[in-house]
Amino acid sequence: MARRLDPIEPGHQRGAFEPTRREFLQVLIAGSTLMIGGVFLTREEAAALPGPGNTSDQSDIGDSLVAVETPYKYMLKLEVTPHNRVVFQLPRQDKGQGIATALAMMIAEEMDADYDRVDVQLSDRDSNRPTTITGGSSTIRTMWEPARTVAANARLRLVTAAAARWSVPPNQITVKKSLVMHAATGRAANFGELSAEAAALAIPVTPLPLKDPSQYTIIGSADGKGRKNARDIVTGKQKYTLDLRPGDAPDYPANAKPAVVLRPPDIKGRVSESWSLPAPPPGIVYVKINLPDRGPVETGSTFPQPTGIAVVAVADNASFHHALAARNALEPLVDWEPGPMAAMSGEGIRTTLVSLTPALTPVASGLSSLDATFDFPYVAHAPLEVMDAVADVRASSATIWYPSQTPNYQVGQIAAATGIPDANITLHIPFAGGAFGRRLFGEAAIEAALISQQVGLPIKLMWTRNDDMRHGRFRPMTHHAIRATWSNGTIQSWEHQVAAAEMDLRHGYGDALSPPGIALSHPEIEQAAFNATVSVPYEFGATQQRITNMRFEVPTGSWRSIYSGFTMTANEIFVDRLAQAFGADDIQFRLDHLANSTSASAPRAIRVLEKVRDKRAAWGAAPAGHAYGVAVHAEYRSAVAYLVEIDAVDPANPRLARAYAAVDVGLPINRKGLEAQFQGVLIDAFSVMIRAGNHLDAGHIVEGSFSDFHWARMNHSPRSFEVFIFDATSDTPGGAGELGLPPGSAACINAYARATGTQPSRFPVLDPTS
Amino acid sequence: MPVYNLTVNGQPRTVDAPADMPLLWVLRDLLDVTGPKYGCGVGVCGACTSHLGDSAVRPCITPISAVSEPVTTIDGLEQNGDLHPIQQAWIDLDVASCGYCQPGQIMTALALIVANPNPTDDDIDIAMSQNVCRCGTYAKIRAAIKEAARVMRGGH
Ligand code: FES
Ligand code: FES
Repeated sequence: MARRLDPIEPGHQRGAFEPTRREFLQVLIAGSTLMIGGVFLTREEAAALPGPGNTSDQSDIGDSLVAVETPYKYMLKLEVTPHNRVVFQLPRQDKGQGIATALAMMIAEEMDADYDRVDVQLSDRDSNRPTTITGGSSTIRTMWEPARTVAANARLRLVTAAAARWSVPPNQITVKKSLVMHAATGRAANFGELSAEAAALAIPVTPLPLKDPSQYTIIGSADGKGRKNARDIVTGKQKYTLDLRPGDAPDYPANAKPAVVLRPPDIKGRVSESWSLPAPPPGIVYVKINLPDRGPVETGSTFPQPTGIAVVAVADNASFHHALAARNALEPLVDWEPGPMAAMSGEGIRTTLVSLTPALTPVASGLSSLDATFDFPYVAHAPLEVMDAVADVRASSATIWYPSQTPNYQVGQIAAATGIPDANITLHIPFAGGAFGRRLFGEAAIEAALISQQVGLPIKLMWTRNDDMRHGRFRPMTHHAIRATWSNGTIQSWEHQVAAAEMDLRHGYGDALSPPGIALSHPEIEQAAFNATVSVPYEFGATQQRITNMRFEVPTGSWRSIYSGFTMTANEIFVDRLAQAFGADDIQFRLDHLANSTSASAPRAIRVLEKVRDKRAAWGAAPAGHAYGVAVHAEYRSAVAYLVEIDAVDPANPRLARAYAAVDVGLPINRKGLEAQFQGVLIDAFSVMIRAGNHLDAGHIVEGSFSDFHWARMNHSPRSFEVFIFDATSDTPGGAGELGLPPGSAACINAYARATGTQPSRFPVLDPTS
Repeated sequence: MPVYNLTVNGQPRTVDAPADMPLLWVLRDLLDVTGPKYGCGVGVCGACTSHLGDSAVRPCITPISAVSEPVTTIDGLEQNGDLHPIQQAWIDLDVASCGYCQPGQIMTALALIVANPNPTDDDIDIAMSQNVCRCGTYAKIRAAIKEAARVMRGGH
């Protein structure tokens, strides 16, 4: 097919707000409205600045991300429109975790803006902001000071403009709900009316004293705020990537063609060299995609699965139905090569991991000991919105819609695959239907760009659910060996060896975890990330936890935490067994070993456990066939303890009957959002521990959809679920999104074990992987 | 290709489509009604759930040739800017996380309440377990169904 003429050449249309040179501590003014931003560095300048030091027990990934973003932390975009709306561009991805709403609260609070007039949009990829990763439960922590500082500067500008307009001293001016007032003279103007004058002022963005927490009326408010897009969601108006239509965005193409990809049966299988494509039926175009297994961007970077045959429906009014029907017709004709794992099954990987696990330190004579092993399966992310992307690739530029968690990494990958310069690629970030770590990578966006480039038309690509589950990424399979020793009732040692299929972190945590000027190898990054995420809060004597990795050709990725999801889960299951060995109550045993702990996390862990202890006492004895389970986890400067009641009257079909979570996130921003996070993550926990995992059989993933990937449904979910959130225990917010997974998971297993008198060690319990 | 005359969200619509074309793609691609979502394409997730008459169906496995009753999707519940009580309940209880499953959840729940104005927890378990919420919003969905049912019964 002929290439289109390309009207847009290099140096494509720049947005109105795209700084390209250093404008240190200057405010950017766009047109006649107040648009405010902070320190602007180019990517090269930012890269030359010192990075964070190496990680330690006291410093986690969130700290590293805060540090790495420091040079350009105020490079944020906040606009006050003439229509009196405050519009903040959030350089992160919201996929339902509620960060856009929390940021709107923070900005409204600091500006004294009318919350209902604050809009938060997801920023396009911005090459001058190199680290924009949405991960590690870090968004609120990384945005906390910078977003409020930029908001405070905008407020200062508006107040200064009003003072000048009315010739009154600025300190006589008050601001409430986007209204700037001078009480003595009865004058008032809203933000929008003052925007042009505020924009004309040359006041640099500087760190300002921020509002005292005692003055907060929005942050941490008792009711919290519902999601900003709740109405759009319940009316069907919320636009996810494939809901976009011409007119929804100025650069959305008029004639994007539906595309799907016929993929091999095996992971990383390929079309046989000797097989050639037949002529496509009318209205259909085939495109062979055969990306190298390792991407050219960084050594070792993976392009998992962009292999196969794209089937594009190019007729007028073409539908995904036409593309899918043509794909189905082509399927039986293709000759596939087996994938690299064709001789491997899940059991084979497990056996390899077991043999990879370093031997535990022998038990010294005279000590008592307890050992356990645990096996966690591969688990698909399976966000309900499948992988999808829209791509409009021209001769030397590209416009992509893909809800990336790592926009700069993603653009680098697209540039490498298409040959289009990084600077000529625009990446828009739509709101997403879930991610859970899946969108740290974006194979769909790379594929979409390649298909558009080869067909010479804008295309919209949809992965089917089968594609997503059989050719996506997975939480890596892991094997755990844990040993504790004790004498005279005192625990002397705790050792936890994790053997894991490699966790692919090549999307960019490496930047935040590497010492300045040093490019860590992937295994070193893995070890650093492991050390920065898992720490035992208890006083357990000599404590060591290590991870040993091995690469298999099953694509992996962080799954609602990097390592904590399995490592800390295994710990908290083992702690229950240890308490049993001591003949101790599970909660009291934990509290006793936190009481003298020097871990910085211990006070929070104690606080949340005590709430859970009180709640369990209030619940009284569990009904027959039911049992309670408890677990706690402290990370991200936060802690949560779960109390769950499992109904295992039918041990082959257990459900959650009741649940309670006690949450300390330091400084809560949005209680509604937190409640949703801590309720939702328990469903993840129950699902992956009890019901849903992925099985590798002779090189392919067995599960294909929600029919055999047994995600929990309403009939497994608790009928009552209370989330208790502590009032502020700190002056800064901790992370929340991933926090609940380990203790939720362990609490489910601890309850199930108690209800059934079993000791589950292979997960998911009802369908163990091997 | 055959021509089909449909009623979609109260509007007469005419489409030219192969007989086996699933209603989901007719709605989304031919009529730009994008409320119903693709989550599995094979009838096991519920993200596309919409109504034919008063019954909840899965448009992803409903061929256009089998559609003889009026089609209502999530996009059609709001009337002249007024939310349906079930939509209001979903907002009041802040049900949605990512929201991708919620068009289907709401349409499944509405069919339940229309058939059973005072559903028990057991009724809710049975009816709603056809739908997946990957974000785990089930506790809020349960509460919102009870609230919507209460309002739709006339507030008691
Ligand atoms: S898309 Fe129709 S049930 Fe899943
Ligand atoms: S709200 Fe995300 S899938 Fe239900």
